[in-house]
Amino acid sequence: MTAAGLIFSNIHDRSIPEMTQRRTMASIPFGCRYRMIDFPLSNMVHSDITTVGVITHYNYQSLLDHIGTGKDWDLARRSGGIKILPPYVTAYENSAAGKLYENRLEALMGSVNFINRVSADYLVLSDCDVLLNIDLRAVIDDHIASGAYMTLVTKHLSPADYQFDQRVNVVGIGADNRITEVAKFKPQDDAVDICTNIIVIKRTDLQTLIGDAMAHGYKDFYHDIIGKNLEKRNIRAYRYEGWYAYVSSLESYFAISMQLLDSEVRKNLFSADGRNIYTKTRNSAPTHYSQNANVVNSLVADGCVIEGTVENSILFRGVHVGRGTVVKNCILLQDTYVGANADLHCVITDKNVVIKDERRLSGHATMPFFIGKGQSV
Amino acid sequence: MFQKKECVAMLLAGGQGSRLYALTQKTAKPSVAFGGKYRIIDFPLSNCINSGIDTVGVLTQYQPLRLNEYIGNGLPWDLDRTFGGVMILPPYQGQGGADWYKGTANAIWQNMEFINRYSPEYVIILSGDHIYKMDYAKMLAYHKQKEATCTIAVFEVPLEEASRFGIMSAHEDGTIYKFSEKPKNPDSTKASMGIYIFNREALECYLEADSRDESSSNDFGKNIIPTMLASGERMVAYPFEGYWKDVGTIDSLWEANMDLLGESPTLSLLDEGWRIFSRQVIAGPQYIGKDAVVENSSLTAGCEILGTVRNSVLGADITVEEGAVIEDSVIMSHTHIGKGARVLYSILDESVTVGAGATVGKARGEGAKITVLGADVVIPEGKTVPAGAMISDFDKEGGQTK
Repeated sequence: MTAAGLIFSNIHDRSIPEMTQRRTMASIPFGCRYRMIDFPLSNMVHSDITTVGVITHYNYQSLLDHIGTGKDWDLARRSGGIKILPPYVTAYENSAAGKLYENRLEALMGSVNFINRVSADYLVLSDCDVLLNIDLRAVIDDHIASGAYMTLVTKHLSPADYQFDQRVNVVGIGADNRITEVAKFKPQDDAVDICTNIIVIKRTDLQTLIGDAMAHGYKDFYHDIIGKNLEKRNIRAYRYEGWYAYVSSLESYFAISMQLLDSEVRKNLFSADGRNIYTKTRNSAPTHYSQNANVVNSLVADGCVIEGTVENSILFRGVHVGRGTVVKNCILLQDTYVGANADLHCVITDKNVVIKDERRLSGHATMPFFIGKGQSV
Repeated sequence: MFQKKECVAMLLAGGQGSRLYALTQKTAKPSVAFGGKYRIIDFPLSNCINSGIDTVGVLTQYQPLRLNEYIGNGLPWDLDRTFGGVMILPPYQGQGGADWYKGTANAIWQNMEFINRYSPEYVIILSGDHIYKMDYAKMLAYHKQKEATCTIAVFEVPLEEASRFGIMSAHEDGTIYKFSEKPKNPDSTKASMGIYIFNREALECYLEADSRDESSSNDFGKNIIPTMLASGERMVAYPFEGYWKDVGTIDSLWEANMDLLGESPTLSLLDEGWRIFSRQVIAGPQYIGKDAVVENSSLTAGCEILGTVRNSVLGADITVEEGAVIEDSVIMSHTHIGKGARVLYSILDESVTVGAGATVGKARGEGAKITVLGADVVIPEGKTVPAGAMISDFDKEGGQTK
């Protein structure tokens, strides 16, 4: 039994337009030093999946820069390793095959070469809006043992957990974990089982599905493929019990980031059962806390210089917090420079933002104040 | 395919570093941790790549395991190359028998074959026990400009300390006329930094002669340099200004770590123009807890600080539990400090466990001595380790002092 991975890097870009203007969902920075794609990639590597295709669409320069040769995930391999699958566009602009893919199914159609050529028996599909540390071997083993045609990883969420959700698919689960229905999420629902978009299927079965979909002009993976096959095929749910979150908006990005200040959440996400999340190493110097530093309940990456007060905040690599400055409930991305005597509250700064001395900026937890990449205040 | 390198570096990394006691029980001095996320050898290796030298032979002998694992293929220093790169050179068995490296010069002599593969004009000899940032390209340019056979980097030391070093006496133009190893009455304050550039042909010639001399101790400082000087070779001193510290003793290692702290640190690693590279530990971000205090300190990935850390340098993956206090200390990676424990004026090697309520060392002050815990040492709950103790894991049972 061998498995290969397939990661969709762009599918949820529209969820968080503030941060995807110049990057993919996959390359959104998260948790001091990671990017969203580190989670599905690390999950795959820890589950012995060492051939991984990454489907791209647009704005994937930052993603290429992040992934490099794949060495940081131990995926620089002579055989297999990481393969970037750029969008496939023919010369005929107006033909159906001549435009960029618009949905999951078309993205899969554009990746048939990869799917046809890998030697793996099974494929594991994953998106980049999910944050979880899952043992995919257990999912694959469960898939094989149950004789299922397709296995979807689902998560049971109570209303308190899905406050930010709009776009997910909800599944109905019947006897023997068989999926009985797929529907769009509706806000009035009680506790629901949602689909994480992590899917296991036999490679040859996926080839057949894609071929059929092309022939019939299907558009929607969930409606046309899963929905229409529920009675005919054994499509199963794998109920994932561990910590899970998905980024569906800037507000949810903020709220999920703040959950990292809980040590249980960190343990479950960053090192569940000793499975560390890998990321591109930057070779920063250690973080320097000055005599006047006052840091409380915060996560800090390497390479920072902290001379002021930082509370309940997430600081990415190379952030500078000047003397007399107070940073509370903020997320400051890589190389943000905050001068002296500034006051920041519920602010998210993208990379390379400069906040000058004595600036006072404030948002609210339900609407964090966002400052775009490279801007100066 | 014929390719050549102008200059090849040979890094002497076989030294035991016996004056670091517990810290070098299990590893050679160049792989001792420094500054939180570095090892001593990161400095010469990073200097090489930053100076445009991409071919480095690392000569190992004493306890090489950690060093071999650390250097690996050289990728973190960008020294994973198709032609050149970093290569570990241990002693080996040849046609004529097997020999340990008998001295620094002998180690190079046994690896002339490695050097000659690259047909370099120059060979730079480095050692793995100093913390410094130096542009070897400038030194090489000086060597060429002075048309020297051998250039020795020198560092100005106070006259009263000069008798601890190899001292060069040089004319105004830099030409060396006298070399004295640890002189009682030094007549110069130019201390040799143990960094030499040789013209390769001359080096090979002198090493060859030295190898045939039974009475020689096959050492650069004791044999090669004096012999070359006596033979009238053109040897010049290259004055180096900047941060340079020999970290061969517990006190100097502690001081060099503390040089990273303060409002304007004497040694800054944040300089983007001269980065020091290292192999990264895979760990999450640092977390500073609700009741934690972190002042004038340097922290690295994976640290979980719930207690108090003052004037200290911490490596990766260190947990400091509630109520614990760390002051004036150097704590290397993967260490756990239990609740209410106190670590004062100490150096802790990797993977140490200090039990809850234990006390290690005594506050820094008049006459205080640094306490050292070697790798993997476990200090039981509530136990006190007296100031100045050196504990390695071989005697951890009784926790006696050495």
